[in-house]
Amino acid sequence: MFEDILITIATAATPLLIAAIGELVVERSGVLNLGVEGMMIMGAVTGFGVAWTTGSPWLGVFAAIAVGILFSLLFGFLTLTLVTNQVATGLALTLLGLGLSGMIGENFVGLPGVKLTAIYIPVLTDIPYVGRLFFGQDPLFYVSVALVAAVSYFLFYSKAGLTLRSVGDNHGSAHALGIKVIAIRYLAVMFGGACAGLAGAYLSLVYVPQWVENMSAGRGWIALALVVFASWRPWRVLTGAYLFGAVSIGQLHAQALGIGVPSQLLSSLPYLATVVVLVLISRNKRLTLVNTPASLGQPFVPDR
Amino acid sequence: MRKTLFALAASTAVLFSAGALAQEKTKACFIYVGPIGDFGWSYQHDQGRLEVEEALGDAVETSYLESVPEGADAERALERLALSGCDIIFTTSFGYMDATNKVAAKFPDIKFEHATGYKREHANVATYNSKFHEGRYVQGVIAASLSKAGVAGYIASFPIPEVVMGINAFVLGAQSVNPDFKVKVVWANTWFDPGKEADAAKALIDQGVDIITQHTDSTGPMQVASERGIKAFGQASDMIKFGPETQLTSIVDDWGPYYVERVKAVHEGTWEQVDVWAGMKEGHVVMAPYTNMPDDVKKLAEETEAKIKSGEFDPFTGPIKKQDGTEWLAEGEVADPGVLLGLNFYVEGVDDKLPQ
Repeated sequence: MFEDILITIATAATPLLIAAIGELVVERSGVLNLGVEGMMIMGAVTGFGVAWTTGSPWLGVFAAIAVGILFSLLFGFLTLTLVTNQVATGLALTLLGLGLSGMIGENFVGLPGVKLTAIYIPVLTDIPYVGRLFFGQDPLFYVSVALVAAVSYFLFYSKAGLTLRSVGDNHGSAHALGIKVIAIRYLAVMFGGACAGLAGAYLSLVYVPQWVENMSAGRGWIALALVVFASWRPWRVLTGAYLFGAVSIGQLHAQALGIGVPSQLLSSLPYLATVVVLVLISRNKRLTLVNTPASLGQPFVPDR
Repeated sequence: MRKTLFALAASTAVLFSAGALAQEKTKACFIYVGPIGDFGWSYQHDQGRLEVEEALGDAVETSYLESVPEGADAERALERLALSGCDIIFTTSFGYMDATNKVAAKFPDIKFEHATGYKREHANVATYNSKFHEGRYVQGVIAASLSKAGVAGYIASFPIPEVVMGINAFVLGAQSVNPDFKVKVVWANTWFDPGKEADAAKALIDQGVDIITQHTDSTGPMQVASERGIKAFGQASDMIKFGPETQLTSIVDDWGPYYVERVKAVHEGTWEQVDVWAGMKEGHVVMAPYTNMPDDVKKLAEETEAKIKSGEFDPFTGPIKKQDGTEWLAEGEVADPGVLLGLNFYVEGVDDKLPQ
């Protein structure tokens, strides 16, 4: 039973983690894309649609990633090439995604989906208590953890990562050094789109294998909050996502046990926990300043 | 805007002064709390809207707004509908209650119909509801007959009378078979979040329930029950496709006949304020086929349904005790509809503290 609970927590945390790690890279490059929810829901509808039509959940996953990238390119074109306001454009992207996905998905409503099955390794998966937790989850769970490790390595131990961070910290100086600010930001935005699309596919192919309008139910926004919560550090995003997952699942268990605490209070616990941690983090001003990308959300127009 | 208002005033004037002469199209509008693609609550209301179009043809036109949050947003959405020339507006969620009455005061010529509420502050507001608890009672009978654990999981949305009534009816139905039957309640505090509802189902199953029922609108819990190999009840629509070997039955809301009748009344100028609370007898509450259960349980379920349908039996018939053990209804006493529609306490056997 304990293992089941941990797996449930991992399932709740994984989509948040995938979307947040993508957005972290985007923000590290100095771009604020508030369209995560929109890209996520587009990924969910595409993933479901393709998987259902072809019968292959993996094709669904790849299609969702592709659509996430396409959607993020729209955002990139508007904010990076046409230099529109990033906040407004991101919000528009979310609204567009929510509406468009509803329209595209109209014919998929009420169809039982295709589930991306959990992996099974003989012997290892059968280890009592921990086997399924470590060796028997859905493939995307492992992808999410690998993504965090890869992003962490990329940002802090590779030259390309240093370049990306420099673009996010001071795009003027980076430009003066001959770094292609816009190109790097495009790549970062596309990575964010890919992750959001993947997170969407996770929702409609693993979490609840079905398509219903608005099924992301605000998870894109939580992913955005997690990035700030993690003060733009990859492993802290993982901690944050799992903390959030643990509290949201824990409160359901507390209710089912009938401990007599008002359910409204329990339901708000994940959010309360987020606020408390944010307050604790922001107490350390120096640390926050060091990690916050200084050019975040600021438009860049190269002076030719 | 002024033009629309004028047109609106003119058309309603024609409708009501000339009565049967009204040949103008009647515009029926609907406002939904979820997306019409939720395959649950809002979906069923929209099916009702489509039935209106089909039945009344050229005499009507319909329009709808979906995913409108309860509260301040609802008021704005309603005003928008009112100004767009609707003759009758159906507000299909409990939380629209105050917004409906507020907007109705500003537009006395437009008819408002609020689902599941109890406030009719103005002459142009009617309320309608269905006795879903009749279906819940039947579900309780089935749950107690099948459950080996003797405990069922109930995923609830918000602690409003409607939902509390459902939980109570489920428990009473279950106790009619197994007096020691328990129900674990989890409040999702949302009508619609497939992921969260699925998580709630997992939490309940991990705590040992072997039957799941829900008063939230998505098919998430059904899929989880199916994965974990236990049984579950569908909600609002027939969800058999999501659990061909899982769904026992489902309470299907059939709003069509009521919507057709009411829109027709507006068209003919015979609309009157009403407070309708119809159930299985009138065909508003329909049970999906009984599946995945042995024949004797099926027979028991059908008998219970028949008794409720014929009016021979009411789920809230005494003796019934409140959760704290005090008496609510004496032997043979039937609950007053007014009390039920404002229900804010549990009956004995619910393993939960009702959020106040």
